[in-house]
Amino acid sequence: MGTKQLVSTTINGEPRQFICEARQSLLEVLRDEVGLTGCKEGCNNGNCGACSVLLDGQPVNSCLVFGLEVDGKEITTIEGIAQGGEFHALQQCFLEGAALQCGICTPGFIVTAKALLDENPGASEEEIRFQLAGNLCRCTGYDKIIRAVMKAGEQMAETAAS
Amino acid sequence: MKDFEYSAPDDLQTATALLAEHGERARVLAGGTDIIVQLREGLCSADFVVDVKNIPELMALDYRAKQGLTLGASTSCSQLYEHPDLATAYPALIDAARIIGGWQIQTRASVGGNLCNSSPAADTIPPLLVHEATCLIQGQAGSREIPASEFCTGPGQNVLQPGELLVTLQLPEPAANSSSAYERFIPRNEMDIAVAGAASWIQLDASGQTIEEARIALAAVAATPVMATEAAESLRGKPATAESFAEAGELAKNAASPISDMRGTAEYRVHLCSVLTQRTLARALARIQEAGS
Repeated sequence: MGTKQLVSTTINGEPRQFICEARQSLLEVLRDEVGLTGCKEGCNNGNCGACSVLLDGQPVNSCLVFGLEVDGKEITTIEGIAQGGEFHALQQCFLEGAALQCGICTPGFIVTAKALLDENPGASEEEIRFQLAGNLCRCTGYDKIIRAVMKAGEQMAETAAS
Repeated sequence: MKDFEYSAPDDLQTATALLAEHGERARVLAGGTDIIVQLREGLCSADFVVDVKNIPELMALDYRAKQGLTLGASTSCSQLYEHPDLATAYPALIDAARIIGGWQIQTRASVGGNLCNSSPAADTIPPLLVHEATCLIQGQAGSREIPASEFCTGPGQNVLQPGELLVTLQLPEPAANSSSAYERFIPRNEMDIAVAGAASWIQLDASGQTIEEARIALAAVAATPVMATEAAESLRGKPATAESFAEAGELAKNAASPISDMRGTAEYRVHLCSVLTQRTLARALARIQEAGS
């Protein structure tokens, strides 16, 4: 086993520290060291997006980031999306719109879609499909996912306007 | 993955010293979207990984009118397309940066890394070629500059020697009445590796009717990205029309020497060279016209 280093980060708004080997990915660290099992290993090579988290606000494949690279950075995972015991609009719309079946792609989709809608709540269907191209789903055929993201976007835009 | 020693130097000298000291046992880490996969799958091996994202020269992104673009080797694709001026100045490069993988890849993957990974199918290399990019390479002995067109020497191979690091790419200020475009063919809508790709750059004369200068580069149709020099030269002095572009497209085929593999046949790739060359020439022309109006 290799030498381990201490990493200090902020995860879902809370300061967190962990120790890890150089070779451990952020995905491995989040799941196995920090205990946040929401992000999933789908491919481990950056193709499926099931491991998506936000790093300093930007979507990344956590399987393609080493744990040691995130020292001093902010991470948001699916566990940090609901606020104050309330679902985010995306989570509500996914549930109401049946936008998941097995659910393994869902954390990655929600985290990435949140980053998209925070920037551009009025994103068109085409823009949403393009920006979410890095998130693959084997169950739903994508349509319900896209509708849920669009609905959440409308709600977020309305809330912002009012 | 085999464990390794990770370091993240914040200056160029330390980084090159580490790379020189460890030679073939060291690998550079920028965005990680190629190297981490390769390390995990055993396609390459490292005892030392040198993270170069803290080195100021490699994180530079500096565009000035009349001076052109200094692009640090570690800057990410998303940083490129979020820059307000680059889509107008180097549209082909931005076209490519927007379609490498998906959003999660683009927030990490770097143009410098795309070049150093030296896949013949790399999307950002044809745009670098048609914009006449120069590579600044630093080693322990000193630095050297080479044109991007000489950087790749074979699939996954390039001119970097052990201990050398790509620091920046320099793109000259684009000429007046010029523009560019990049397009690739893939089986899906996003995420795939190019079956074939083409970048075109054209400059029109003052009347806007005649092509003064052109450059065309192709991806995934040879052992390295290649320039379709004959096709580009044939456009000089020609009217900027679909007919001229079709002729250039035919000539572009001669620059291709593709293989048949799981992504497509050699014959189809040759066909794509012509189609993509014509489309990117037309797109570049449309961009010049939009800018003029």
